[in-house]
Amino acid sequence: MSAAPSLYCRGSAAFGAVPVFDAIELKIAAGQWTCLLGSSGVGKSTILKLFAGLGDKVSFIGELGASDGQSDGRVAMMAQSDLLLPWLSVSQNVCLGATLRGEVRDDDRVAEVLNRVELSEKSQSKPGQLSGGQRQRVALARTLMEDRPIVLLDEPFSALDARTRAQMQELAAEVLVGRTVLLVTHDPAEAARLGHVIKVMTANGIEDVVPPTGSVPRRFDADDVLRVQAGLLARLREDDACVQANI
Amino acid sequence: MKNWCAGLASAVLLVAIWQAVLALTAWPKFILPGPVSVAETIWESRVLLIEHALYTIAEVLIGLVLGAVLGGLSAIGLAASPIARVLVRPMLVFSQAIPVFALAPILTLWLGYGLGSKIAMALIIIYFPVTSSFFDALMRTNPEWLGLARVMGVKGWRVMWHIRIPAALPGFASGLRLAAVYAPIGAIIGEWVGASKGLGYLMLLANGRAKTDLMFAALIVLAIFTLVLHASVNRLANRYFERI
Repeated sequence: MSAAPSLYCRGSAAFGAVPVFDAIELKIAAGQWTCLLGSSGVGKSTILKLFAGLGDKVSFIGELGASDGQSDGRVAMMAQSDLLLPWLSVSQNVCLGATLRGEVRDDDRVAEVLNRVELSEKSQSKPGQLSGGQRQRVALARTLMEDRPIVLLDEPFSALDARTRAQMQELAAEVLVGRTVLLVTHDPAEAARLGHVIKVMTANGIEDVVPPTGSVPRRFDADDVLRVQAGLLARLREDDACVQANI
Repeated sequence: MKNWCAGLASAVLLVAIWQAVLALTAWPKFILPGPVSVAETIWESRVLLIEHALYTIAEVLIGLVLGAVLGGLSAIGLAASPIARVLVRPMLVFSQAIPVFALAPILTLWLGYGLGSKIAMALIIIYFPVTSSFFDALMRTNPEWLGLARVMGVKGWRVMWHIRIPAALPGFASGLRLAAVYAPIGAIIGEWVGASKGLGYLMLLANGRAKTDLMFAALIVLAIFTLVLHASVNRLANRYFERI
């Protein structure tokens, strides 16, 4: 893995004639977790798509990229849906990227990565035989296998039950350490636990929020985490109030 | 096992209705032969029936394999190339507006009275359902999978081969199930128009000589073959193509 760069995005985006966000300015710190928190439809997933190079249908005016100027083949992505291919086994799914690119499969690394997400004994199972949490762990293993300096996470834990979600947050924070991570989420608790940097995106733009103290992943019941979480929720609700007042 | 029992029960019911119609109308044997007389004919003419059935079976199976291969390749080509979609798809739809019956004399003229024209008929009749259902499935690949592949730095044929085709195999399978039922229709039409062998030829021959019992015998053999073919294709399709 090459050194993790920082990312920047300055500009406006629209779907056809419908504006998604206007004149935002976003910097994502190198080698850290940046949590971008916002309500549904505010355009946070669009930013992530733009960074992933999947913004074909978005007309974006502005500049966007990595601090060191390189872009190709540096990003790995994990979405809310695990996107496992149901006809492949767990280990085949984990090395999907290598298979697709026609590279030789590195079985030792597959074993090592599966071991890190504690799924070694499931390597030959099909995704249909796994629980939702296990499937998302396979998706995390596939992301790790890509070994990219930039990792884009689009609400990857939001479909999981509370207990599994907490475990996944801790596991992801542990295995993705040192990479530039952009986590898009609508869960204030998640942002408060995982963000080295926390940003709230509203219709008015993007604001920085002072993160809780302590190293990531933070305890979910630490006073500071709970306080920041409550503050984030209050901010999101303020935004709702202002959106409703405009209508 | 339950399916077999239901199938058997329904066959028994059909024979009962057949016999009842016969008892009520008292039609002569050359209009409607009874089940017993047809069964006797099947047994007595078994050599003749098998000889002609083998011919029809060969036409159907070769047509089915060729149709599946050609239909599959066409669907992949159409899915891969927007230009092919623009140029070829209207042609495909237009070809369906021509009744296959109308093509049979021309095919016989071109390909002769042998196997070729019947294989071509079976192929033509199954080509569209196979192509169409596989193509539709290829165009419905989960867009998020395609996005993931792009983030992994992959486009084009590798995505087609590793993601789009495997994901669309259930669609190919439903095309094949339809094909298994349609292919015998094509072969029989071909035989009606011009042949010297096959169950369709035998039916025409028997009909012309008022051997209605032999016609029914050939019809039943054909129906049983179609049922077995459909069940086998269904089994293969479930086993190899319905992975999800």
